Amino acid sequence: MNARRQKSPSGSSRKKTSGATVPSSLPAGDILVDVRDVHMNFGGRDVLRGLSLQIPRGSVTAIMGGSGCGKTTLMNLIGGRLKPTAGQILVDGQSVPDLEKDELFELRKRMALLFQTGALFTDLSVFENVAFPIREHTKLPEPILRKVVLMKLETVGLRGARDLMPSELSGGMARRVALARAIVMEPMMIMYDEPFTGLDPISKGVIAKLIRELNQSLGITSIVVSHDVAETCLISDYAYLVGDGRIIGQGTPAEVQKSGSEHVRQFMDGLPEGPVPYQYPTKTGYIDDLVAGNT
Amino acid sequence: MNRKTLELWVGLFVAAGLLAIAMLAFKVGNLATADVLNAYVVKARFDNVGGLKAKSPVTMAGVRIGRVSGISFDNGKYQAVVTMAIDGRYQKIPADSSASILTSGLLGEQYVGFEPGGDERFLKDGDELMITQSALVLEKMIGQFLFGKASETPTNKK
Amino acid sequence: MNAIANLGRIFLSALERLGRAGLFLAETAAGTVTLVRRFPLVMQQVYAVGVLTLLIILVSGLFVGMVLGLQGYNTLVRFGAEDSLGLLVALSLVRELGPVVTALLFAGRAGSALTAEIGLMKATEQIAGMEMMAVDPVKRVIAPRLVAGIIAMPLLAALFSAIGVLGGHLVGVGLLGVDAGAFWSQMQSGVDFQEDIMSGVLKSLVFGVVCTWIAVFEGYDAVPTSEGVATATNHTVVYSSLAVLAIDFIMTSLLLTEV
Repeated sequence: MNARRQKSPSGSSRKKTSGATVPSSLPAGDILVDVRDVHMNFGGRDVLRGLSLQIPRGSVTAIMGGSGCGKTTLMNLIGGRLKPTAGQILVDGQSVPDLEKDELFELRKRMALLFQTGALFTDLSVFENVAFPIREHTKLPEPILRKVVLMKLETVGLRGARDLMPSELSGGMARRVALARAIVMEPMMIMYDEPFTGLDPISKGVIAKLIRELNQSLGITSIVVSHDVAETCLISDYAYLVGDGRIIGQGTPAEVQKSGSEHVRQFMDGLPEGPVPYQYPTKTGYIDDLVAGNT
Repeated sequence: MNRKTLELWVGLFVAAGLLAIAMLAFKVGNLATADVLNAYVVKARFDNVGGLKAKSPVTMAGVRIGRVSGISFDNGKYQAVVTMAIDGRYQKIPADSSASILTSGLLGEQYVGFEPGGDERFLKDGDELMITQSALVLEKMIGQFLFGKASETPTNKK
Repeated sequence: MNAIANLGRIFLSALERLGRAGLFLAETAAGTVTLVRRFPLVMQQVYAVGVLTLLIILVSGLFVGMVLGLQGYNTLVRFGAEDSLGLLVALSLVRELGPVVTALLFAGRAGSALTAEIGLMKATEQIAGMEMMAVDPVKRVIAPRLVAGIIAMPLLAALFSAIGVLGGHLVGVGLLGVDAGAFWSQMQSGVDFQEDIMSGVLKSLVFGVVCTWIAVFEGYDAVPTSEGVATATNHTVVYSSLAVLAIDFIMTSLLLTEV
């Protein structure tokens, strides 16, 4: 798994392609998540308009974009919590929107979603939080369960915090506990929803290191959804840029950062004006409103 | 919250709740008194049972000795058949005892009262009481009273 | 015209929500099957909805019984029937006040707490997280709470009635000088186990289902924001109280005509 990751996404073939918006030509067998031309409509508002992307197995793929561009919706679609208005979503060869509840739950046992807030159970201790999926899905005897849980907590460096309650944890620690809980069932894939938001630089570095390490040591396919350009580019093999409900740029982080596309430039450099307007769209101009006295 | 403490509290709570139901049943309700032990059944026929109901008490000398277990209508004799469960402790009730339907207080509930006879034999399971007195129906009594008054007046005038 | 259309829309959305609540109850009921081997979950919830509600129930029951004793005595003494005070207190409590007041207090104490807890679990993505871990939150979170509510309510109502009778005894016999023997014997001859006590228990069972159902549904259906959770908690108390009073009337008329 590890070897393959180093070979394919950051391999020589893509380095030669110059433009960031050139579609990748990944071997079909390697694709874990395949999103094809997905449309999503929430109460009359188009959130996704024909978005397509592929996530290679064993890689760290970044999905970046401004707030409200549909990144979280995309995760919920892949996780099967939402059904798309149109389009196809394949995970490990299975069409997610068409799965029955049982099949979906079977698939979800093999993937994990790390929520922005961590979503730890507030009434359970750190240990019980991490033990939760094991207790629910297996009949592991208590001594073995203890070993597994403490091993995962050790991985995220929080074995000493096992008896704390979630309310006693800092934001970064809570996210690490959530990460331990996500990997306790040894999933094939983890989706990280804004893993860096609201963390101090040290915690950010810790999370970034963990995402990278988990990918390398366990071969877990990772999808990092974030608007934190610097941290995300540092750890990902491949990056997609989402804007306006579709992919506006893709490539290795280096390629994306060098891209000449106006849209991509605005996001990567954090410019207030560009293709994404500073003004929320209005029907009438400000001067007209002023003159008409409608402000 | 320790698991043991939690279990202890829940156990206490459930026990207290069940105890409360038991108290309601036996101390507040009539489950204890309505229960007649090792009962044997006797029958009596009445022309009119009035307001007697199943579960009404059966008393002797004012002491509760059983309860009415059922009331049915005999279509042949146009009488009410009252079956009563008598507590097994009271075995020596003379066989020729009489049963009357009485009212506790002026408008209280109705019950069956036994008057002992002089027979040497005692009532046993399935026996029937031969001497009975029906319930007094207030309307009938008033009617009889008025009728008697009405029939008295003309004779006085004669 | 517009007002009528609005009314229609409100009616339809209420109907739609009621339908969803019904489906939710059915799903939860189906989910209770898995609880047999996960009894500790139910136990934990019995603690939360039962033990933690106990104090308010006991204190309220005592006071309600004492007030019944005072008021009943003042009325009965005019007819020289103060010996029936025990009967009056016991019947009022066992048939009506026990189940109803317990259900109202339950909605205010345990129901609102259930809604707030589940609503917050939803707002903090704990419910979503559970779904993503392939754990059905209806089975894991909702079903134990529903079962616990149904277990706790009749026990609480019985405790309320029992302590209420003691409160009535305290005031009637201890304070107002009603004969203790008459108090208890009148009560025992007048209160029927089947007709009065069991009908009260049946009522509190139904109230247990309804109050807990409303509470868990409001929480599960809450808009996942702090404002949405506050609204849902408010709804739980209002809807539970209305439902309890309406169902009480219906059940009383059914149980009385049956006799």
